[in-house]
Amino acid sequence: MRQCKGPLALSSLSILLVGAVATGIAIGAVPLSPFDLDSTHLFILTQIRLPRVLLAALVGGALALCGAVMQGLFRNPLADPYLLGIASGATAGAALVIALHLDSYLGALPLGAFLGGLLVVGIVYRIAKTRVAQLDNYALILAGVALAALFSAVTSFLLFYGGASQDARRLIFWILGGLGGAQWLYVLGLVGTLLVTGAVLLLFARDLNALSLGEEMAAHLGVEPRHLRKILLLAVTVLTAVAVAVSGTIGFVGLIVPHILRLIVGPDHRMLLPTSALGGAVLLVLCDALARTVLAPAELPVGIITALLGAPFFLFLLRRRAQAGVPL
Amino acid sequence: MIRLEEVRLGYNGLLVVRDLNLTISPGEVFGLVGPNGSGKTTLLRAISGRLAPQTGTVYLNFRRLSELGPKALAREIAALEQEVSCSFDFTVREIVELGRLPHLERWQRLSFQDHEIVTRALALTHTLEFADRTIHSLSSGERQRVWIALALAQEPKILLVDEPTAHLDLNYQIEIMELLRSLAQRDLTVLVSLHDLNLALHYTDRIALLSEGRVLALGEPERVLTEGLIEQVFRTRVRIVDGTGERYIVPVGGGRKIRS
Repeated sequence: MRQCKGPLALSSLSILLVGAVATGIAIGAVPLSPFDLDSTHLFILTQIRLPRVLLAALVGGALALCGAVMQGLFRNPLADPYLLGIASGATAGAALVIALHLDSYLGALPLGAFLGGLLVVGIVYRIAKTRVAQLDNYALILAGVALAALFSAVTSFLLFYGGASQDARRLIFWILGGLGGAQWLYVLGLVGTLLVTGAVLLLFARDLNALSLGEEMAAHLGVEPRHLRKILLLAVTVLTAVAVAVSGTIGFVGLIVPHILRLIVGPDHRMLLPTSALGGAVLLVLCDALARTVLAPAELPVGIITALLGAPFFLFLLRRRAQAGVPL
Repeated sequence: MIRLEEVRLGYNGLLVVRDLNLTISPGEVFGLVGPNGSGKTTLLRAISGRLAPQTGTVYLNFRRLSELGPKALAREIAALEQEVSCSFDFTVREIVELGRLPHLERWQRLSFQDHEIVTRALALTHTLEFADRTIHSLSSGERQRVWIALALAQEPKILLVDEPTAHLDLNYQIEIMELLRSLAQRDLTVLVSLHDLNLALHYTDRIALLSEGRVLALGEPERVLTEGLIEQVFRTRVRIVDGTGERYIVPVGGGRKIRS
């Protein structure tokens, strides 16, 4: 039954994405229409609206894809791309850049966030590896929790010590997540990262299916679980770090979207990963369009919208599953 | 054929299996029995290649097991953990298709032949009728058959099963054991750990009785599972009774403290 749903879901999501992107481009502070484009409108379209909408699609796709992989890797539907502390590392990196007043340099803020994110996951990985059990899921998660707390403390300190209200505002805006800073450079960077890491993740999708039976069973099927984890964590970390670097820490997309799609297309990661990426893209493009319009001309951070929509939906899912008696 | 030579197994300083020698011939149902902690699961882990011996060697058809890569090993040996669980609600067929993984390259899709093999594994284990149902909708007895189907889809020469009848109702226990027996008749070597001595007595060709990491007795079930040896190893008194031409092990309780 599910087998026919897969390709159907893939094609309908693609159509949805095209529609969402078109909508996202058309609406905004200055409405755009293909029949009425003067040079100002053209500038807004090519330099502001288009990169922003495309970036929203890419970030949403990247986060949802990473979420699906993390849930498969940790055999836990509550996992998300930020599980190992990448968000707090990126935030600390961004906070440091802002505190040092380096953020006027082009690319300094995303670079700081990117490096911060990588640093945390790198440390988490090293800590988990030295444990006797060698890199098991619990060691990773616990180390992630600890490091996240540590780096949050760094951020808090910088916020407190820096004090200047302008800096604090900037950082908070960054933490809430938004696509206001979209540029073509970001779009290109994320496209490249997504293509490379996405291809790697898709190649290992079937191994993730085997991992659903547990690490030992996966090993009996010829899948080396430690090897698999290393590759997948590397790909997910790089992709998430780039996404966070260009958009801040947008929550819930990576958690909710794989859930919804697992209900629709089933748990086979060969179908779940691409549909999650498409679904995440659609969701974030629409959320960003909302963020730009609900309080226009002012703008809401898109993270507020995703959390507002995502949290109740997540509770609904939990309730539904509990009623159906399906193990989470 | 599997041969273990002077194999010593353990985890971080804890020695579980001591200097064990064992040969398992093709096509037999070989039972591992012994109390909890006697080393059954550890031994199975070593034969599945998941635990390297501290000393000694495990051979598979005269080749060192450690020489085989994970995929090559998975084409020879299928192993089922004591409790398999699936974290997502796959269909039965999707799960059994994973058994083809060791035969496929990363980018390769299942061929017509692969699908045939999967269907045959489903049919052999009588799981074909619910192949399109999801795994969490099945009873534990049905699930156990699905795991065996998964292992068969690997087309292994050797099947390792750890306590397949634990937590199963009586009818399912019999069903699983008869399934394993019938598979051995199709030239599969089955190595199974069992805590139920009667199942071991009735469904295996040979038995190794393990105690504290050593093989205490080895051979045909009737010769290994004697009242004396069982009492010595399990510290419980049993009587072996003849009923309708078959022998049954009946615990009479009391251990060594009670005299008859």
